[in-house]
Amino acid sequence: MQWANAVVQGVILGGLYALLAAGLSLMFGVMRLVNLAHGALAIVAAYMGMVLVNETGIPPFATLLIVVPVMALAGWILQRTLLNTALNRQALAPILVTFGLAVILQNLMLELFTADNQSIDVGSLAGASIQITPNIAVGVFPLLTFVVGVAVIAGLQLYLAKTTTGRAMRATSDDREAAQLMGIDHRNIYALATAIAVGLVGLAGVFLGVRTQFNPTFGDVTLIFAFEAVIIGGLGSLWGTLWGGIILGVAQVVGAQAFPSSGVLLGHIVFLLVLAFRPTGLFPKVVNG
Amino acid sequence: MALLEVENIDVFYGDVQAIFGLSLSIEEGQTLAVIGANGAGKSTLLKSIAGLCTPATGEIRFNGERINDVPPHRRVPLGISLTPEGRRIFPSLTLEENLLVGAHSKRPGYWNLATLYETFPLLADRRSRLGTNASGGEQQAAAIARALMSNPKILLLDEVSLGLAPVVVEQIYSALPAIVEQGTTVLVVEQDVNQAMKVSDRVQCLLDGRTVLEGKPSELSRERIASAFFGI
Amino acid sequence: MTSASVTSASSTVKVRRSTMASYIALAVSIVVVIALAIGPFAFLTKGNQQNLVTLFIYIIMGTMWNLLAGYAGMVSIGQQAFIGVGAYGVVYAADQMGVGPIAAIPVALVIAGVIGYLVSFLAFRLSGGYFAIGTWVIAEVIKLVTTQIQTLGAGSGISLTAFSGYKPALRIATVYWMGLASVVIAVAVTYLLMRSRLGTGFTALRDDPTAAATLGVNVTRSKRIIWVAAAMGCGLAGALLAENTLRVQPDSVFSVQLTATMLFIVVIGGIGTIEGPILGAIVYFALEHFLVDLGAWYLVILGIVAIIMVLFLPQGLWGLISGRGRISLFPTGYRLMSNQASTTPVANASADTTA
Repeated sequence: MQWANAVVQGVILGGLYALLAAGLSLMFGVMRLVNLAHGALAIVAAYMGMVLVNETGIPPFATLLIVVPVMALAGWILQRTLLNTALNRQALAPILVTFGLAVILQNLMLELFTADNQSIDVGSLAGASIQITPNIAVGVFPLLTFVVGVAVIAGLQLYLAKTTTGRAMRATSDDREAAQLMGIDHRNIYALATAIAVGLVGLAGVFLGVRTQFNPTFGDVTLIFAFEAVIIGGLGSLWGTLWGGIILGVAQVVGAQAFPSSGVLLGHIVFLLVLAFRPTGLFPKVVNG
Repeated sequence: MALLEVENIDVFYGDVQAIFGLSLSIEEGQTLAVIGANGAGKSTLLKSIAGLCTPATGEIRFNGERINDVPPHRRVPLGISLTPEGRRIFPSLTLEENLLVGAHSKRPGYWNLATLYETFPLLADRRSRLGTNASGGEQQAAAIARALMSNPKILLLDEVSLGLAPVVVEQIYSALPAIVEQGTTVLVVEQDVNQAMKVSDRVQCLLDGRTVLEGKPSELSRERIASAFFGI
Repeated sequence: MTSASVTSASSTVKVRRSTMASYIALAVSIVVVIALAIGPFAFLTKGNQQNLVTLFIYIIMGTMWNLLAGYAGMVSIGQQAFIGVGAYGVVYAADQMGVGPIAAIPVALVIAGVIGYLVSFLAFRLSGGYFAIGTWVIAEVIKLVTTQIQTLGAGSGISLTAFSGYKPALRIATVYWMGLASVVIAVAVTYLLMRSRLGTGFTALRDDPTAAATLGVNVTRSKRIIWVAAAMGCGLAGALLAENTLRVQPDSVFSVQLTATMLFIVVIGGIGTIEGPILGAIVYFALEHFLVDLGAWYLVILGIVAIIMVLFLPQGLWGLISGRGRISLFPTGYRLMSNQASTTPVANASADTTA
């Protein structure tokens, strides 16, 4: 029964990974840009949520009304300034620039908040849980995170499939020059994609900050887990990213059950196995751009 | 006043010059065919008009306004629409979605999904097919329809016949009169001289990035065109 | 050195690599290396020598990262894996295999090379930015596996004891000389690799991938050779690090900060040249000493500088000094010399003009 419990907890943890990975997946899908500052941005959002709760006393979920728009705006500005310029330079520029940005953000947070572990206090919700069977209990907040993760993936998928701008994003991703010939300004599309991606990172960061303790260096593992979810699921597939997150979550929790203190390592090993045997991911996108 | 005027442009790809002091002008409602062999500079000319290439010297005027520095996505709202060489259909979008993307600039006019399906019946049946799975003819029809979705004043068609079976080429060119009927100015670039002569009011022949011959199809003999085409 | 004549109908063009500047640079380099080699007898204190070993490590790290990114277009964020493997490898070889501190270095190098070769089959399944994070995951895995091994001190690390019979002065000087020799070898091997068919193949690839492929440049094989060479080079840097500090801790030798350091060195110095990483390492080393009081702000400033350099000065400081590659002290490409005015290059086909 403890194994069943581990699987359930792993699936639920996977929802958080999918939430963290959604923005990374979107940015890569639209502009083939891998944002190495993705994890650091999530931690920036976690600190932002923490400061808002501690300084103003507003409820943790209300901070999302501030954190998400602020992060989205930051994403827009980031794309219009640094990243659009980097995409016009040599091929290595976007990787180097986003890695530089990650280093800057991490060290700024170290200066502002020290290396001590922090978390966002949600009061009684933190300990609340639902008993499913006598041996399996699910935390209310982790479950909420899972639901939000699934909703974000579904919403993003719907946005890309059904809306005019979503369609323009897919067109730009397929063929940027042809999209320009349709009157689409790719710089705006890119800025919009990054605004959505970083806004979602903001959302994910606050949930992360409630769920676990974090410190400025936490951005590294956040980026790595999000990346593993994307690759396990298959590049360019949002539903794949959700499955990738779930598989990673299950591998980590079940792995930790089998070999205490090696959960993360077993998650990495599952990722490497997928890379070795199914390099296109388990749920690859059918169409290649 | 001409709708489009290209005056004495030089265009380069890096260090390589593709167009040398080329001029061209089209009146509204006219159909002009630009012909020439591979590498004559035909596609470069269309790319310069659409904004994908920037002339080093010379001027491109649309409705009398200089547009040299207008980026490609701002030329679509002005009424310039290019069907690029190789069709460039968005592979992960359905053919209908491809057409809808073409309406991004929201220019009002006769063309919409319904009128285009009427003009290109083969598209109506294939509307939910993914771009990547469509045949060459379907892709070409969709590429032209997609360009028309912006209701352009001038439609630039690049190598419509390339890589298609003659019967498919006929089928696609049969839509041209319906397009011209709406008052649309058309600039066709073709390697297929017969096709170009058949559809156009005027022909301009390029060789090595320069105009070597121009006139009405009826006034030009095959021999003159052949010698201009190959530079002999 | 390499020189050939191409005669065309109208004029004669000479193709050559070396210039007057490169002969002078070679001579100066030899003098500097000799001076550094006799330093411990004459003008270098023990502290100086230990600091210089740190500089040597930086030069090797920068040179290796540049070999990957600047020449072969592979941005790795996992090079700390091989620093760690080299550091642990040298301790294991010297203490547990008992080969002594000097012979342990080549052993560590071989271990790093073998591990590098094996992981390349996983890493090469990714490209671009995902290759970057993929290498990082591999580094994390190697670190996590290392911390499970009891004989390597598990999570707390391990000390190097093979030097216990040495007097401090001799120990420090020994490490210093090995460091100096390592820098010379690392830079020379990189230089020769880039002048070889392999290096010119990469230049061709960058200029025209399709043409290079038809001309028979085997991209994956070439990349794998470069990758293994860089793994060994980083292993060498790790081995020196362990011998210089006598202590190996998993969190420090496997820190991604080490790769960040490599990136800063290469970006600041100038990517895609032999000289750039050497200059970058010296600048980084100096900045680190002067800005040590700034704490984390130091890395914030470096990050900002690196971004500005990538976007607006992609040739780095060396590009600025050399006038965008017109001067090359260690030329890896070729120059066309017109016979009429043999002192002015008419065209520069050198690999170091573009990054």
